[in-house]
Amino acid sequence: MNLWVVLAVNSITLGGLLFLLSAGFSLIFGLMKIPNLTHGSFFMLGAYLATSLIAHGFDFWTAAIVGGLLVAALGGIVERLILRRLVGAELAQVLVTLGLSFMIADVCLLVWTGDPIRIATPSALRGATSVMGLGFPTYRLAISLIAVVFAVVLWALLDRTRLGAMIRAGVDDPAMARVVGIRVSRLFTIVFCLGAWLAGFAGVIGGPILSVYPGLDQEMLPLALVVVILGGSGSLLGSLVGSFVVGFLYNFGQAMFPELAYVVLFLPMLVVLVVRPQGLFGRLAA
Amino acid sequence: MKRLGLAAALAILATVPLWVGGTYYVNIASQILFYAIFALGVNVLAGYAGLVSLGHAGLFGIAAYAGARIMNDGHGQVVVAAGALGVTLLVSAIFAVLALRGTGLGFVMITVALGQIVWGVAYRWISITNGDNGIAIRGRPSPLGLSLTSPASFYWATLVVFLIAVGSIAVFVASPFGASVRGTRDQPRRMNALGYHVWMIRFLSFLFSGFWSGVAGLLYLYYNQFVSPQAVALTASAEALLMVIAGGTATLLGPIAGAALVVVVKNVASAYIERWNFVLGAIFVVIVVFMPEGLVPGTVRRWRRAMAALRPRATAAG
Repeated sequence: MNLWVVLAVNSITLGGLLFLLSAGFSLIFGLMKIPNLTHGSFFMLGAYLATSLIAHGFDFWTAAIVGGLLVAALGGIVERLILRRLVGAELAQVLVTLGLSFMIADVCLLVWTGDPIRIATPSALRGATSVMGLGFPTYRLAISLIAVVFAVVLWALLDRTRLGAMIRAGVDDPAMARVVGIRVSRLFTIVFCLGAWLAGFAGVIGGPILSVYPGLDQEMLPLALVVVILGGSGSLLGSLVGSFVVGFLYNFGQAMFPELAYVVLFLPMLVVLVVRPQGLFGRLAA
Repeated sequence: MKRLGLAAALAILATVPLWVGGTYYVNIASQILFYAIFALGVNVLAGYAGLVSLGHAGLFGIAAYAGARIMNDGHGQVVVAAGALGVTLLVSAIFAVLALRGTGLGFVMITVALGQIVWGVAYRWISITNGDNGIAIRGRPSPLGLSLTSPASFYWATLVVFLIAVGSIAVFVASPFGASVRGTRDQPRRMNALGYHVWMIRFLSFLFSGFWSGVAGLLYLYYNQFVSPQAVALTASAEALLMVIAGGTATLLGPIAGAALVVVVKNVASAYIERWNFVLGAIFVVIVVFMPEGLVPGTVRRWRRAMAALRPRATAAG
């Protein structure tokens, strides 16, 4: 198969994973104004938990959902016990999430050792599928499909449900939302758990492609940051577009300028910062 | 009284290699000094200008990498130092222009991203940085013909630089410019209305902060005679910020105390347990949750409160 087609498929796959990761990051940032630096750790932790679940006989998809739920539970605890105490102290929140990310990384190293662990591709999705005469790896297509489904579900959740309306109200004006009777603090917990779940789930389904290894958290976190800076915080569409831009840049950058892949990745972010600091789809902060 | 204390502190610092006993401790003292310079540099921005950077290890590391490259190209010591600091200032200026597009959380996120770019270059651009293997240099410089090979002589040289750093930052803080920097932190709009160029004040603070981070990075290179991507990792930026916050932001002594704390804990902890990163993270969380203003002011506050709680009881009893 043509190299460019392979790269494009890989880019779309990575974009899909990044969307799952950064949608949660972006929602948390948009609603709670917390740049959650544990988000990469949630991604890695979800993948690690799934490897243990699979080793105990669970199938891949159960492990993905349960692994995500365990991460979400941890996220809920962090939000309730720690971040809640620091409401309004944004810097303190940044530092606490950073401190927690170090702790999670070290615990993972202790429990799962330093060797990379590969999650086996679910058997139904092994091999290739032929589309328009070209053979594509089935699993990568499945990830892209999952990302699209989640994009639609998240959009429907935010745009079409009562909960979504409350979240949007909380993003726009938390004080006013409280006045009209929305329990914004409960929204915080819901959104934080949802974001953590998405990150953990993304980590698991990324496992067959990326494997799980120490340092995965610090590799994914900057990608999520770039996506959110590119797309604008709190914007689902921004996360979607940003994720695919980053996915393409990362894969094509690595193929064409292997030594400078990282720099290529950050260039559009720098351009956006200079031209449009609030991000492509972001609104100016009040 | 204050002068007496200062003289006593200087005397203690100057004689460290004579009474501390053992080169291991002299080396730890040197580490404390150059990390303190780094923390002081970060504090200029994080403390006085209110701009929290999580990318300063990038500037620290660029100085070390630039120094190592220039030295290995066979240039003399003056060229190495001037070149490394020049490169650091240039990169600081670029970082500042980009990062100052945001303030508050935006600034934090951009500096994280910029720091990660430096890390990515250090790790992946192998033809320049030698990747994960890092770059070794052939020895420490000998300024004015004095050899810095022994731990004690290196300590004294670091102490001289440290004192210059403390002095220059003390002057900076006390100067009218220092006051305007604090003004842009507390009331940027009013400062703007008063006719101050807020952006330029922040930009110059960033350069000043980057300069001292670069000096610290150069000392780090001379101390280890080696630099690797580890020096520019996000962990390193976080450690520097921890030093500042642990000691107390926007104080002159806080970052020094914080640097001493982090270096000592790091060396002690790594001697007994492998899990230094866990300890670092835990210290972060505990300090932020329980002593948000830093260990030095926090301890003072708790001490005062404890004393105040004791006093009325004493009078009631008497």
